[in-house]
Amino acid sequence: MSGHRSVGRLLRENAVILLFLVVTVLAIHPSGLSLTYIGQEMLTRLGRDSFLVLALLLPIYAGMGLNFGMTLGAMAGQFGLILAINYNILGVYGLVFAALASLPVSLVMGYICGVVLNKAKGREMVTGYILAFFINGIYQFVVLYLMGSVIPMHNKAIVLSRGYGIRNTLNLDNVRLSLDNLLPFHLGVFTLPIATYLVIAALCVFIIWFKKTKLGQDMRAVGHDMHVAESAGVPVDRTRIIAIIISTVLATIGQIIFMQNMGNMATYNAHDQTSFFAVAAILVGGASVKKATIPNVFIGVILLHVLFVVSPGAGQKLFGEAMIGEYFRQFIGYGVIALSLVLYAWRTRRETERLREGLRGGAQGAVAAEGGAK
Amino acid sequence: MRSLKAFGAEFGWPRIIIFLFLVALFFAAPTVGVRVDASLSDVFNRFGQNALFVLALVPMIQSGCGLNFGLSLGIIAGLLGATLSVQFGLHGAVGFFGAIVLASPFAMLFGWLYGKLLNKVKGEEMTIAMYVGFASVMFMCIMWLLLPYSAPDMIWGYAGKGLRTTISVENYWIHILNNFGVVAWGPFFRFPTGEILFVAFAAFLMWLFLRTKTGTAMTAVGSNPDYARASGISVDKMRIISVMISTMLGAAGIIVYQQSFGFIQLYGAPLAMPFTAIAAILIGGASVNKANMLNVVVGAFLFQGLLTMTPSVINSALQTDMSEVVRIIVSNGIIIYALTRKTKVTK
Repeated sequence: MSGHRSVGRLLRENAVILLFLVVTVLAIHPSGLSLTYIGQEMLTRLGRDSFLVLALLLPIYAGMGLNFGMTLGAMAGQFGLILAINYNILGVYGLVFAALASLPVSLVMGYICGVVLNKAKGREMVTGYILAFFINGIYQFVVLYLMGSVIPMHNKAIVLSRGYGIRNTLNLDNVRLSLDNLLPFHLGVFTLPIATYLVIAALCVFIIWFKKTKLGQDMRAVGHDMHVAESAGVPVDRTRIIAIIISTVLATIGQIIFMQNMGNMATYNAHDQTSFFAVAAILVGGASVKKATIPNVFIGVILLHVLFVVSPGAGQKLFGEAMIGEYFRQFIGYGVIALSLVLYAWRTRRETERLREGLRGGAQGAVAAEGGAK
Repeated sequence: MRSLKAFGAEFGWPRIIIFLFLVALFFAAPTVGVRVDASLSDVFNRFGQNALFVLALVPMIQSGCGLNFGLSLGIIAGLLGATLSVQFGLHGAVGFFGAIVLASPFAMLFGWLYGKLLNKVKGEEMTIAMYVGFASVMFMCIMWLLLPYSAPDMIWGYAGKGLRTTISVENYWIHILNNFGVVAWGPFFRFPTGEILFVAFAAFLMWLFLRTKTGTAMTAVGSNPDYARASGISVDKMRIISVMISTMLGAAGIIVYQQSFGFIQLYGAPLAMPFTAIAAILIGGASVNKANMLNVVVGAFLFQGLLTMTPSVINSALQTDMSEVVRIIVSNGIIIYALTRKTKVTK
């Protein structure tokens, strides 16, 4: 009986990941793609996306939910990349320059995001999401109107013909694949971006170490129960702001890594779906709003991207229309986020109800026992 | 001076600033060669186009479900009604009201399911609503390609199947409300009487509804669920009713929008629509848990006024197209302002 129940529970707790696995496996065959191709894509995409997804971890530890405000960091990263192209700094130096140049912007963005989210406790996610829209307006204002007019641009090739504003698509030739190809490594038919993996590994080590520090412990305390943490002398608001600042800075670096792999940058849209992909990935990997681990990140990136790679082909084969695959993968992405948020909220509610019922049952039992004693 | 401050606190500084900005834009318009009468005409028209969406947010705010970021579900129902109406070849007033009638069962069904879902996730409604809305829009993108529509006006010519991205309603029911009793004044000014009357009628019905027994019960659920439960109101039922009304108004809203705009927009079009409506009602002075008819009218008017006037005036003045950036900053800024305000403890 209890074994049966625990299997049911296991299924329920991993509903998202299992459902996803089934859909993905079913889509692999109709897509007509070889396993070698899919494998190589996964190795590339693990390098491209993992850093961004890892940036979500700290705010989850701090109980702030999924940090949709990470887009702010991505925009800061793009700002840094534009400057790197402007000064035509080549290779890894270009990436480092971009990271350093965007650092102050990223810190300020993170601080703003932290302060705003502190004012919207209990609805951090929706606020973060709208805040990303808001800052997007400011980003567009800066890049489309100030760059070239107020901020001097040396590289005329990236400026619109009207004399100010940055072009719609930027060619990142000077930094393209510079990190991925820094330490070339081949394993059979596969090419591995070892340097990128090392950077990601370093971040994982940092996160594991950080969780053990005083600040990391404080963060978990805040995430567990804000009021208890407050009365235990943990500066709640400050800790939450720090979590968001770190997340934003990591998202900045993550976006720079993402962009060097892509090699092209849609100046005004590249950040639109950053948080969507990252959040979908970590949820597909089995994380929830309150709980996430490093393995969730990697499982999620692989699962989500296998589906993304195979769905256009599968759509073409099954429905005779590649667009269907395109819509399908967006539907799955949004659907997964909705589903895991629903399951999480539902579970929390049931948990509280069960606790309440348990109390009530206990009280009745006590009354009955008392009656029996009389 | 103190009364000015009290007035500011009550009416909200962002609203006053936006109002003054709008007035300034109207005064500046003639100096940069923008016609005031044409602009006013635009503002009225767009007010009528969008007011139903804004009105649709009221019931869910009142019942404590928060801002309806999933309004796209209602919009999808409306799109189904509109496309079916065109598919059946309904014209004129029959086509327009037929679209609303055809949309209603879908809206009721979607609203009911959506309401049930939101009852299971109390406290997390807004984020979930947003993603449920997004996912439904994407699901419908697939459906628009697969559903067996066959009217030649709607499907892709070369493929012979799948609905077009935009479908003109010019031969069906364009401007059916706008041209009803239209008041023209000079070559540029048109007052869309029918559209405004329709909106006014809907707003009046909503105002009446909020004063009925059910309406009062709904408000009670929103302001104090425990008290409402204690007085024998079914909290879940009231919330579902509010979601259904909101979804149905969203469906009617998109059809009103289409008859004025002239096109049915499918696929990704509904994605951003809830956000504009939410920005409008918040500009109008609503908060996450309180809204009234005045908020709707003032908000829709101010926001649409801003959207109409900023492009024309600012672009003519600066010779650049900054309107989109201004729109993004203002509309999202106001939503953040509302989300970060401490919700007042209910009296």
